[in-house]
Amino acid sequence: MTSTSTRRGADEIGSTPAGPRPLPPLGPQRSVPAPEEVDTVLDSGLRVIAVRRAEVPMVELRLRVPFADTSGREESDHAAVAEVLATTILSGTASRGRVAVDDELAGVGGELGFSVDPERLTVSGHALADGTDTLLAVLADLLLSATHPDDELARERARLVERIELAFAQPSVIARRALQERRYGAHPVTREMPRPEEVTRVTADAVRALQASALQPGGSVLVLVGDLDPADAVSRVERALAGWTGGRAAELPALPALTARDLLLVDRPGAVQSQLRLSAPAVGRTDPRYAALQLANLALGGYFSSRLVENLREDKGYTYHASSSLELDPHGAVLVVETDVASEVTAPALLETRYELGRLAVVPPTADEVESARRYLVGSLLISMTTQAGYASTVAALAAHGLSSSWVREHPARIEAVTADEVAAAAAEFFAPTAFTGVVVADAARAGYGLRALGGVETP
Amino acid sequence: MTSSVTAPHGTEKGLHRRELDNGLRVLLVPDPAAPVVGVAVHVDVGFRSEPEGRTGFAHLFEHLMFQGSESLEKLAHFRHVQSSGGVFNGSTHQDYTNYFEVLPSAALERALFLEADRLRAPKLTAENLRNQVDVVKEEIRLNVLNRPYGGFPWILLPPVLYDTYPNAHNGYGDFTDLEQADLDDAAAFFDAYYAPGNAVLTVVGDLDPDETAALVEKHFGDIPARPVPSRPSFAEPAPDGERRDAVTDAHAPLPALALGYRLPDPGADLHGYLAHAVLASLLTDGEAARLTQRLVYGDELVTDVSASCGLMGAPLDARDPDTFTITAVHPGDVDPQRITAAVDDELTRLATDGPDAEELRRVTARWASSLHREHDRLMSRMLALGAAELVQGRAELADELPGLLAAVEPAAVADAAGRLRPDARAVLTVTPGGAA
Repeated sequence: MTSTSTRRGADEIGSTPAGPRPLPPLGPQRSVPAPEEVDTVLDSGLRVIAVRRAEVPMVELRLRVPFADTSGREESDHAAVAEVLATTILSGTASRGRVAVDDELAGVGGELGFSVDPERLTVSGHALADGTDTLLAVLADLLLSATHPDDELARERARLVERIELAFAQPSVIARRALQERRYGAHPVTREMPRPEEVTRVTADAVRALQASALQPGGSVLVLVGDLDPADAVSRVERALAGWTGGRAAELPALPALTARDLLLVDRPGAVQSQLRLSAPAVGRTDPRYAALQLANLALGGYFSSRLVENLREDKGYTYHASSSLELDPHGAVLVVETDVASEVTAPALLETRYELGRLAVVPPTADEVESARRYLVGSLLISMTTQAGYASTVAALAAHGLSSSWVREHPARIEAVTADEVAAAAAEFFAPTAFTGVVVADAARAGYGLRALGGVETP
Repeated sequence: MTSSVTAPHGTEKGLHRRELDNGLRVLLVPDPAAPVVGVAVHVDVGFRSEPEGRTGFAHLFEHLMFQGSESLEKLAHFRHVQSSGGVFNGSTHQDYTNYFEVLPSAALERALFLEADRLRAPKLTAENLRNQVDVVKEEIRLNVLNRPYGGFPWILLPPVLYDTYPNAHNGYGDFTDLEQADLDDAAAFFDAYYAPGNAVLTVVGDLDPDETAALVEKHFGDIPARPVPSRPSFAEPAPDGERRDAVTDAHAPLPALALGYRLPDPGADLHGYLAHAVLASLLTDGEAARLTQRLVYGDELVTDVSASCGLMGAPLDARDPDTFTITAVHPGDVDPQRITAAVDDELTRLATDGPDAEELRRVTARWASSLHREHDRLMSRMLALGAAELVQGRAELADELPGLLAAVEPAAVADAAGRLRPDARAVLTVTPGGAA
């Protein structure tokens, strides 16, 4: 260690002659005016939201197209075809090759990325503000005339198979898949990532057919946030996407109701860490109990200063990360409680997790816990909206639920109005351990005994 | 209150620079775009400085700094930041460790208080040390041991490219070293490296520079000055041949390959260094990038390829020596020699012909765009300013980077490509193997 003139012990370091000092109070908080915005629906049925946020000379773009599997078949290839589509759509159009697409975007500092999940196809992009027309022109070209060339598709399909094999080697992905199947059986929502053999079978014709039938403007939403004039930006979108007409995009059917069940132990031999994933029904943004539910969720595990983190991490040292969160979909919401722990403490961690769920349900959050959660929720909402990218993603997510940016502006007032009794009621209603189902991914040889001893776990 | 604060001597772009009597360097950067503020402390010690036999100690110590201080019980730091509506974190790098929070602007003084209290008198206890050793071990299991390609290439490549302990060792730490760490190690580490004169305080956001300077003095001013450690050189000779090593990865579904090269010293040759940042983009950013075109689409040798100027993924994050990396994941039936041969071929082509001007313009437009986006996020801009001040000696560099990258000439990129020679690099191969 480097030489130093002092050689103090830990005790000396931790105290000064002046002693502990008081925490300074909070100062006044400046509020922000709502940014200029246009929120409109074009003749095609595409909803366009343009917001002026000119802090940096950029434009952020989000497009969400409902993209659900409507086949009703359990053996549907939709998820695999959609995944290939999202990968090869950038491979070229009738007028631009793959490299030309990327070169044109790069010239305006732009990028466009496509992704799909069981609910929707999402495009995320950005460009220097003076390249907005180029960004929109490339987007329109991809939406209307991507060709999915045979050779590009064959290669991208092979790469995709390799990426999916890599993903399925990730414990988090294994756990997610197992949780989805435990919660929803064979519902299309479980097919967040197709299996490699399903991707291998995808043909170019199937991808082109899906592009033609499913990529519809009706019910879709396009968001632009950045250094722009909102009305002008909407006209630019209208011009660029004039050719995008047709029917309505396919919405995901309502999910089956979540039923409480034993957790399922999924064996992963040799694993040095176990994944615990517990889930229960909840309610979404438009429910009057939503803000109270958010506060109760924060108190349990929605942020660092929560019961789960303080117990499992800061007291027991079982984990680096423990959390509780709300997953919102257009039809409802669910709670997910998750942590990754050392194999040898799998059962003790489940015991503590169930203890904290039960405690939240019957020993309501204190006034301090509620106030802390309230301040965090209001502050983190403010911080998340300070970037163009954060604003665009939030507005796009709200739009998918039929809401507008006014919801997020009015939400702090709803959070402030929640009473401690309402939080206690939400805690009791949504967090009772008996309401949960879920999975434990672990080396069964090491964790099985403890889990069987605790009970409530279906072991192999 | 401000009498002991020296007058600002660098105010371009609204950047106010001060130094307290105890040596703490202070950057105040007003940014009224949103009613939020950020406070960051960058300390001039990273994992390259941790003692032998104590791998991972700098990072473990970062965890300890969140465990309480004279005025703050265990858990109080997290609770005060979050119950003020803020978010927090810390991270340990090769040459520095940072601590930071972003909060609604009403909490500015509170954030300064929280950072000052732990820089003045952290509460280091055996119980918290043991608890955080357990937490860090779970962090390492999560990010390294229990996943495919964990620590690839940042932990696995340095021991192939470098000989000396500071550059070669695992900065996350071996479990045996972490378990042996004790309170005396922690006390000695704090006294040696966490002197106020060895740190930079950065405050960014909706603030008044004079009022903030007074608050900084109020909370940090009475931290006693302590000797600032002399910063050792981590220099070592460049490799005089191609160094090779192979590892197996029980979780990896496909083989992988990492190439490591030495970068120019950014302190001595900033422009030469930045040419490597541009080169990395030319090689693998976007569909049209040279290595993406050749390896993914042309020869179809790899699934993914990525080049990075800097071991941890971002340019200018470390002092000399730092590493230029090229990594690829490839199918099992591809001989890695074919990949390195194709990389060498493309580098030779760039070194001989240089990039064309339009290609270069596209790359720098993407750089400008990504830096604009990064700086739109107050937390990112604050961390970039603080790191640039501490590591490179000039916070302004963070804001000037788009312009500097746009000014890189084709000849400089060709020169950078020419420096990535097969006879002075590390080659690491990763083979899937063992029980998954």
